[in-house]
Amino acid sequence: MEELSNLAGGFAVALTLPNLGFMLIGITLGILIGVLPGLGGANGIAILLPLTFSMNPTSAIIMLSCIYWGALFGGAITSILFNIPGEPWSVATTFDGFPMAQQQRAAQALTAAFTSSFVGAIFAVALITFLAPVLARFALKFGPAEFFAVQLLTFCSFIGMSKEPAAKTIASMMFGFALAAVGMDMVTGQLRMTYDVPELLKGFNFLIAVIGLFGIGEILLTMEEGLSFKGKTAKISPKVVWQTWGEILKYWKTFLRSTAIGCWMGITPGGATPASFMSYGMARRFAKDPQSFGKGNIEGVIAPETAAHAAGTAALLPMLTLGIPGSPTAAVLLGGLLIWGLQPGPMLFVEQKDFVWGLIASMYLGNIVGLIVVLTTVPWWAAILRIPFSVIAPVIIVICAIGAYTVNNSMFDVVTMLVFGVLGYLFKKLKYPLAPLVLALVLGDMAETSFRQSMLLSQGSLAIFWSNPLVGTLFFLAIALLVWPLWGAAKNLARAREARPA
Amino acid sequence: MSTESSDASAAAAHLRTRWPELALAGLLFGAAMLVITDSLRVGTGWGDDGPKAGYFPFYIGLLLAGSSGWIMVSQLRRWARTTEVFAEHEQLRLVMAVLWPMVLYVGLIFVIGIYIASALLIVYFMFRYGKYRWAVTLPVAIGVPLFFYLVFERWFLVMLPKGPIEHLLGL
Repeated sequence: MEELSNLAGGFAVALTLPNLGFMLIGITLGILIGVLPGLGGANGIAILLPLTFSMNPTSAIIMLSCIYWGALFGGAITSILFNIPGEPWSVATTFDGFPMAQQQRAAQALTAAFTSSFVGAIFAVALITFLAPVLARFALKFGPAEFFAVQLLTFCSFIGMSKEPAAKTIASMMFGFALAAVGMDMVTGQLRMTYDVPELLKGFNFLIAVIGLFGIGEILLTMEEGLSFKGKTAKISPKVVWQTWGEILKYWKTFLRSTAIGCWMGITPGGATPASFMSYGMARRFAKDPQSFGKGNIEGVIAPETAAHAAGTAALLPMLTLGIPGSPTAAVLLGGLLIWGLQPGPMLFVEQKDFVWGLIASMYLGNIVGLIVVLTTVPWWAAILRIPFSVIAPVIIVICAIGAYTVNNSMFDVVTMLVFGVLGYLFKKLKYPLAPLVLALVLGDMAETSFRQSMLLSQGSLAIFWSNPLVGTLFFLAIALLVWPLWGAAKNLARAREARPA
Repeated sequence: MSTESSDASAAAAHLRTRWPELALAGLLFGAAMLVITDSLRVGTGWGDDGPKAGYFPFYIGLLLAGSSGWIMVSQLRRWARTTEVFAEHEQLRLVMAVLWPMVLYVGLIFVIGIYIASALLIVYFMFRYGKYRWAVTLPVAIGVPLFFYLVFERWFLVMLPKGPIEHLLGL
């Protein structure tokens, strides 16, 4: 098994003392980010990214990915103890987690949540370990047309799978593409859409957009609810952990099903949030006592947490092998790789073996470290949440401003961040999905380049997208996913027409 | 207008989604027009060395115009039937109560640098919303910017915007 020897090499890279230190820092920062409202995986990493420019890329990505794991763990704490989902993917965890906390079973709920997160992640990392090299080897054969077809597939699946209206998903995505196109055209060197504003020469940086959309936008949304943090306290004793582990073993089917849902939704860019809801729904449908869900059923904590963490982890698979992130946070990590001069995609597995396998090994280690850290430090994180919003909010605004400024040392970016913040608030209120915007902004240049290269190869003929079976299949799948919601809409329309005359 | 205001006073005062919906879609449509205009300027066709710079963005602009236009039209078509609530007036007031200080804060960074502006922002929030005493407010307001100063400028050597007061102190 070549993968296992590579993985062993990766462990040798990740298991150095400085890297373990970065892991611990990353996990701690990540939990903090996950616990605080207004800071999440995507914008937390975006804010910290500029600080890692001077670090060596392997240590930097280990720390940043550990922030991601930490944020995934942290989201569960707030949803169970305070009924406030710190992250969108932990909304489903509140359904049964908070009732459990009200019944004085907070420790059990937290243990179950952390353990499920851990299980979901480990399965997804194992999937990455064995599938990523295969996928990367396969993708080495890709030309520009295939890459564009995969990107098209990514974006079409957003439209097909999103719960939001298709028009809003498309609008959000195209707005992202349009923002990505602003600035200098990489091929011809011409300026586009800058309208003589010198600050726009460099285009819109997706880090700024992420900090604004997710950070400032979230603060505005939180403020609207006039939050007062009133939560339960929790202390986890080793005895409770053992008992809970014994108890949740019998839900192995739920674990397996949720992991499968999570991995699937993570690789296809469904993301952690729909994965957690879908997994919760499936658990309830298959349960013997569906009525007990929502009233403190431990299975209702296990299912969404496993799926969310599996999806969050699996989202890194297409990011590493194809250069296509499965989630906004993976998109930010991808942006980091580009800044460090690493081109994500199949060549990464050939040229940067140490880096890739160090990262994969750190996923195993990071999740183990994370589980231990959260199980032992829960009371402190709960205490942080008792700091009133009137203190936390300005500090988070300051952090966002500093984060936006440090990306390019430009005040224009801070103003842009504010505009994106208001936009993020409006998008969320009017149910526009944010993920397509961010992904389009990150992938815009790449998608455009591969499209233009394909067109060059074919002298402007779209026929290149069905010129061989591989690209044809990808292209057909993309179109199928795209028309999927149209089909449903057409059926509803037909039904409405039939109903009307009667 | 008169029926609308009587509706609003009957239930809790709120803003319906129809105006914000129309405004945001209109904004996106406007952005699409900017993209299309500029793509036409740089050329959407086939140049000597392949596709011109506007080749790709042009279609992006078309799709954006189409989707946002669709949202606008469907919003207008169900104008009177739109009853979803965007936000209650009280909620909007709270959002504005955070948004204005934020705008002011960013404006202040230009003038007096990020450190003092941050201290002022924290003081404002803690005083106005937290009703804290000076003894609690001041340490936080001074401590947080000081912490960021040490982390960024001393540890990571990342310079943040400074104003006249910092220059006076020779920082």
